[in-house]
Amino acid sequence: MPEKRFRVGMFVTCLVDLFRPSVGFAAVKLLEDAGCAVAVPRAQTCCGQPAYNAGARADARAIARQVIAAFEGFDYVVAPSGSCAGMIKLHYPALCADEPALAARARALSEKTFELVSFLTDVLGRSTVAARYDGRATYHDGCSGLRELEIKAQPRTLLSSVEGLTLEELPGAEVCCGFGGTFCVKYPDISTRMVADKTAEIAATGADTVLAGDLGCLLNIAGRLSREGRAVRVRHVAEVLAGMTETPAIGEPRRGRRG
Amino acid sequence: MSASDTGGGNARAAILGSVRKALGRGPLAGAAREALESGLNDPAPNLIPARAQLPHAAQVDLFVAMAEEVKASVARVGSDAGVPAVVADYLAQHNLPTDIVMAPDAALDAYPWAARPLLRLRRGKAEETDAVSITGALLGIAETGTLLLTSAAERPTTLNFLPATHIVVLRAEQIVGAYEEGWALLRRQGSPPGDGGFMPRTVNLITGPSRTADIEQRMQLGAHGPRQLHIVIVGGEEG
Amino acid sequence: MEPISHAFKDNARRGLADPNLQRALARLKTGFQERRTIAAARLPEFEALRSQAKEIKDRTLANLDFYLERFEAKVRETGGEVHWCQTPAEAREAILRICRAAQAKSVTKGKSMVAEEIALNPFLEANGIEPVETDLGEYIIQLADEYPSHIIVPALHKTAEQISELFLDRHRQYGNTQRLEEVRELVDEARRIIRPRYVAADVGITGANFLIAETGSTAIVTNEGNGDLTQILPKVHIVIATLEKVVPTLDDAATLMRLLARSATGQELSTYTTFSTGPRRADDLDGPESFHVVLLDNGRSKMLGSEFQDVLRCIKCGACMNHCPVYGAVGGHAYGWVYPGPLGAVLTPFLVGIEEAGHLPNASTFCGRCEAVCPVRIPLLKMMRYWREREFEAGLGAPALRRGLALWAWLAKRPALYRPLTALAIALLGALAPRRGALAHLPLATGWTRDRDLPAPEGGTFQARWRARQGRGARTAA
Repeated sequence: MPEKRFRVGMFVTCLVDLFRPSVGFAAVKLLEDAGCAVAVPRAQTCCGQPAYNAGARADARAIARQVIAAFEGFDYVVAPSGSCAGMIKLHYPALCADEPALAARARALSEKTFELVSFLTDVLGRSTVAARYDGRATYHDGCSGLRELEIKAQPRTLLSSVEGLTLEELPGAEVCCGFGGTFCVKYPDISTRMVADKTAEIAATGADTVLAGDLGCLLNIAGRLSREGRAVRVRHVAEVLAGMTETPAIGEPRRGRRG
Repeated sequence: MSASDTGGGNARAAILGSVRKALGRGPLAGAAREALESGLNDPAPNLIPARAQLPHAAQVDLFVAMAEEVKASVARVGSDAGVPAVVADYLAQHNLPTDIVMAPDAALDAYPWAARPLLRLRRGKAEETDAVSITGALLGIAETGTLLLTSAAERPTTLNFLPATHIVVLRAEQIVGAYEEGWALLRRQGSPPGDGGFMPRTVNLITGPSRTADIEQRMQLGAHGPRQLHIVIVGGEEG
Repeated sequence: MEPISHAFKDNARRGLADPNLQRALARLKTGFQERRTIAAARLPEFEALRSQAKEIKDRTLANLDFYLERFEAKVRETGGEVHWCQTPAEAREAILRICRAAQAKSVTKGKSMVAEEIALNPFLEANGIEPVETDLGEYIIQLADEYPSHIIVPALHKTAEQISELFLDRHRQYGNTQRLEEVRELVDEARRIIRPRYVAADVGITGANFLIAETGSTAIVTNEGNGDLTQILPKVHIVIATLEKVVPTLDDAATLMRLLARSATGQELSTYTTFSTGPRRADDLDGPESFHVVLLDNGRSKMLGSEFQDVLRCIKCGACMNHCPVYGAVGGHAYGWVYPGPLGAVLTPFLVGIEEAGHLPNASTFCGRCEAVCPVRIPLLKMMRYWREREFEAGLGAPALRRGLALWAWLAKRPALYRPLTALAIALLGALAPRRGALAHLPLATGWTRDRDLPAPEGGTFQARWRARQGRGARTAA
């Protein structure tokens, strides 16, 4: 069956843009492999969630306006993050509610915005990928993806088709890692306790790799694992699903440059 | 009028005024009010779980299973005549005293207590020194293994809480599925003369013996109320 | 109690460093969380019941004046009295008047968060009336002169060993000199000591889980049976409850009952659900001779019609705190007032002021677990965000963070400037860690790097690399 070539606007997310471009390229590959035409609008910066959650509603709305304008022309908007996709999909309509014209555009954008993995499975009907990853991985469910967008089975379905990969369920996978955007710098003591609980659970699975769908969680978890000296590789699930794991894992020393 | 009534009156008006201001309207009147009145005068059940709508025999089995799950013990007996023996056996097995305070409830007269002269029964409310009580119940509610007990002159509430062992005798026919069947029965029974409504002073829903997990979340039976709840079901298919 | 919510950070640090508290909090997971999951799964109608419960509460709140008046009328018809009180002070005075009229020397109390909210115990003591807490957890914290750290498990933070020590110290007056080791022995000793207090008390005070407009009944839910002994043995029964506890009918109460214990402790139903209607009837052999309902507003009527109306649906099950990872890390005392956890984060700023309680709605990762388990679907995150917005507008909050966010937002609204500046910043950050994968220390970001490394950026921004790739692609194609 020939697949329709949807025009997908990729919302890269600020963290992927700045910290982990590989995730963006992996997302592009997965979308292109699934028959989508991917474009990356230049006028994107961030979804505005940090402002929104800090109570800076006016700033958040100004950023939302910008995102809506940049992305409303596409068939779909896809982000490699449950948190940013959730912001656009669930919170933009509420954020713009006072301005009827903008609210209508926000609702229209909401309808066609998806997190990457759930877009591949729920919208495009994919249940497999063509990839190989030799290792035992465990999976952490990011809070927004899990509870706002109900993403739970989708990454596990796709991961089960990755050759060479065994998936160990992570006890407490649904519990927050303690990142929480600015929370982790506002309340570092509490955040540390939460991420330390998370890394202890990860280590106890015996997995050599931990995956998740949100770079915020991954930077937090990788940073703590690195501080604890635990040799668990940390990757965004898109990297593994796309078979693009040549780049060192998150927080891992760059290859070939070691002293 | 006492001072408290006066103060309360001002506060009452202020609170109701504040509520109405928040709701953006004055006191309800007309059709809106009548609709709410009729909802109260002729109440209807909400969603009732499927497990509370089983055939009667299954309902009795569910009642037993749920009651046992919450650490009540259950004995089934085929006939009225067998009840005193079942009670005596229970007390003997648990090494409990045979001095018993029993509700002065005519429903309990059906059982031939005199056939067990070793059971020393006093009829009345419970005192601090009573170790074992026997009461009936209005209903057993299968969905959670819950007993529904109502207060009255012949059913003092202290019997349900003061003694360390509470024995409840009820008939299999008294077991129903849902809490709502208890409300319906209470409404049907109506108000005793001179009473302001159909609800007795106290309606107790009792699900297992007293317990606490307030220390280290470790569950212990018999916190303030009975440590043992023994339910004797009379009649029905088993027994 | 005087709120100490402003000291949340210090309170939290103390909680994190307390090994006994940490052991207690670890039990939330195996205890309440797993048991709630099992109980909810066992009842196929659970999700439908949640929606119906929300609808019942919403409908009641929309007609709150009607149901309160009807409740009052029924209480009167059945021989009881309703005392309307706008403020905690009025409620305390109303209770004192009733106690004085009964010439009360001691009162027994069932667990009531509203009694905590109005700081009833110190007030009664100051007026020469001894309050005796009868719920085991409340009794323990009364002995310890503390306040609850959880709305349904007040002494959650204490170990058996600490309680043993406390009993040894405080029960000496009753001639008990033995150190008790087992939880069983502690429970038995408390039972033995509290039992005569029920009989001796002149007044029994309980809270209410529901007020039933249909019948004028008040309902309490307990496991211990203390709330029952508290109300049937003394001559006077006082119920203290806030406005939003009213529900229309017994059937509505049944729907909420099916959710309450399952959400709270994972029980199918609590051991005792007791409906109290008026004083004892003329020929009853026991029960109180008079029955009073102290109906307290304390801001609830102002929540109605506000952004906080939805929190009035709360049935005080504690599921939000049982599942909150922040509560699970710092414990209830960190929140510094009566209501901890996500519920406290919403309610406390309303009741004691955002200036005092500003930390509470901020100390959340917005993970949403509280909302996911709330039996009446309260949008807790939305309300916490609302507080953050009020705080932001008022110019409160940490100045450095405000400035940082403002700068960032300014930049995020200017993509053409954002791209080169962030690319530069990330290049600089990468240059700090030329050989390592992660940075162990970063000036201005010590909140992050004190206890975790910062993974180094991979190199280049996606935008720049994507444009470069597109450029190559275009050249190749040409």
